[in-house]
Amino acid sequence: MSLVDIRAISLQYGVRQVIKHVSVQIEHGEFFAIIGPNGAGKTTLLKALAGLHPLVEGDILIRQRLINDYSKKELARTLALVPQQVNADFPFTVAETVLMGRYPHLGLLAVEGQRDLELAKQAMEFTEVIHLAGRRLGQLSGGERQRVIIARAICQQSKILLLDEPTASLDPAHQLRIMDLMERLRYEAQVTIIMVSHDLNLASSYADRLLLLKDGEVEKIGTPQQVLTEEQLSKSYGCTLLVDQNTLLGKPRVSLVSGNITAKANQ
Amino acid sequence: MLGYNPVYKKLITVTLILASVLVVSMVLGLTIGSSGSTSEAWKVLLGKGGLDSTLEVIIWQLRWPRVVLAATVGATLSLGGLVFQALLRNPLAEPYILGISGGSAVGAILGILAGFSLFPGLTLSSFVGSLMVLSLVLLLSNRREGHSDSLLLAGVMVNAFCGAIIMFLISVSKTVQMQKIIFWLMGDLSAVSADSLPLLLVVLPCFLIIFLLAQPLNLLLTGRESASAMGVNVAAVTLILLLTASLMVSLTVCHSGLIGFVGLTIPHILRLALGSDHRILIPSCILTGASYLILCDLLARSLPSQGEMSVGIVTALVGAPLFIGLLWRSRQ
Repeated sequence: MSLVDIRAISLQYGVRQVIKHVSVQIEHGEFFAIIGPNGAGKTTLLKALAGLHPLVEGDILIRQRLINDYSKKELARTLALVPQQVNADFPFTVAETVLMGRYPHLGLLAVEGQRDLELAKQAMEFTEVIHLAGRRLGQLSGGERQRVIIARAICQQSKILLLDEPTASLDPAHQLRIMDLMERLRYEAQVTIIMVSHDLNLASSYADRLLLLKDGEVEKIGTPQQVLTEEQLSKSYGCTLLVDQNTLLGKPRVSLVSGNITAKANQ
Repeated sequence: MLGYNPVYKKLITVTLILASVLVVSMVLGLTIGSSGSTSEAWKVLLGKGGLDSTLEVIIWQLRWPRVVLAATVGATLSLGGLVFQALLRNPLAEPYILGISGGSAVGAILGILAGFSLFPGLTLSSFVGSLMVLSLVLLLSNRREGHSDSLLLAGVMVNAFCGAIIMFLISVSKTVQMQKIIFWLMGDLSAVSADSLPLLLVVLPCFLIIFLLAQPLNLLLTGRESASAMGVNVAAVTLILLLTASLMVSLTVCHSGLIGFVGLTIPHILRLALGSDHRILIPSCILTGASYLILCDLLARSLPSQGEMSVGIVTALVGAPLFIGLLWRSRQ
């Protein structure tokens, strides 16, 4: 039985249908990536999984239970979301932010105990932000802030982690750092990871399977080798992309080809 | 090691300290005044009086209700400011500046003209007034999304409009109660009726409700969607907080008229000193706001050599420059 079972769901923004009859099953322990051109509905699909977007039709089941049957806190204990943007207007410290992840586990007064502090400390050590504990969120760099939000998600102790472009606007070293954290979470804590990404090479190197979305519909689901083909990508993205093998990883590698270069190569 | 103590330890420490400050402020409010010396008043407080029964009456029947009213109004306004600042994500939001107090005053005056009693008629009409202004301000500011200035601008205009309506209603009415113009426009605590118990009975549960929603409010400040994904029912929390804050603010306006800037001054100072955790800020705001207005009222009745001035003058003298300073800094 699949951990996450999405059955023919459709979603709307106002009157515009952004997801049309999408079905996909995600297995326990899988690293699953959602890719596709701008406006394909990737983020909307991820939000629907987190229970943030009402379904027009279809069902989402998590552990064979309808997502609507979960209470808000129950759902938050089952899956954690790392959103693309985090508001840093109000000066919370890193430690306070990470501790917020304990909210779905707390009672009415929402006061954390020693165990919650211990879990927050572990999460901050895991994502290497413990030295920043007393700093304010607004004072951190993009990469540091992203690691704080991931620590908060870890502190939430959910076995499913939803990530919305976790490496956008990060330099290669920080991208690697975030992705290696994901790998460790997966193998050390058996967390299932579902990630939206624009970076095809990142998705290719880390994900077990990809969902290629276009105009709200499934174009293809499969391993990187099955999805990332020149024919498929040029059809979905509407531009020529070069796909070859990354010899080190044995995974497909996607390169941009400007019109000029292709013309020269063909001569 | 974490640079962070468990929240309940900080909560207890801060509450104890600020509660002592409140007790001291209350004692000062009771003992200082134009009648009798302070040392005699001390004796009355300690139960060693007996000699001067006039002073005893002044302390327990005039000053005590006034101190309690000042404490209640101060706590409510400063907590109201804190809640509006968080929900509207604008550190300059405040019941008076947003025009919510003005709307309540218009509602209350219309209630008086209609002949309602203070409870529940007047309370309800001023609550309706505050909700109408709140909806109007939210609507006006939403049209130009993302601009925090438009929220303030809308509030200032609504406030000016409410002020004009208040003046108009007062000038056309012949009711004796309405003659105290200054009471409505420049908040005043001297018109204290002996019994502010009904006020306390409504306001205290409001405090409790807001305190119980402190952590959801914290989560909300990091973003609506991430709060929702962490298990917060965003729509319900927002609605409950807006309604509760408006209710308690409109209720205090019925008792004290328009006292401005308390909800700006106190939360701002506390946020600087204590950080952003609303589980700490909410009780702190209640206690500090109470002490602050008691002391402001003490100044208002002891500064002038003859008679007394409105407490609203004192709070505006402190608060308005702070507001301008904050606005200045937010522009840079």
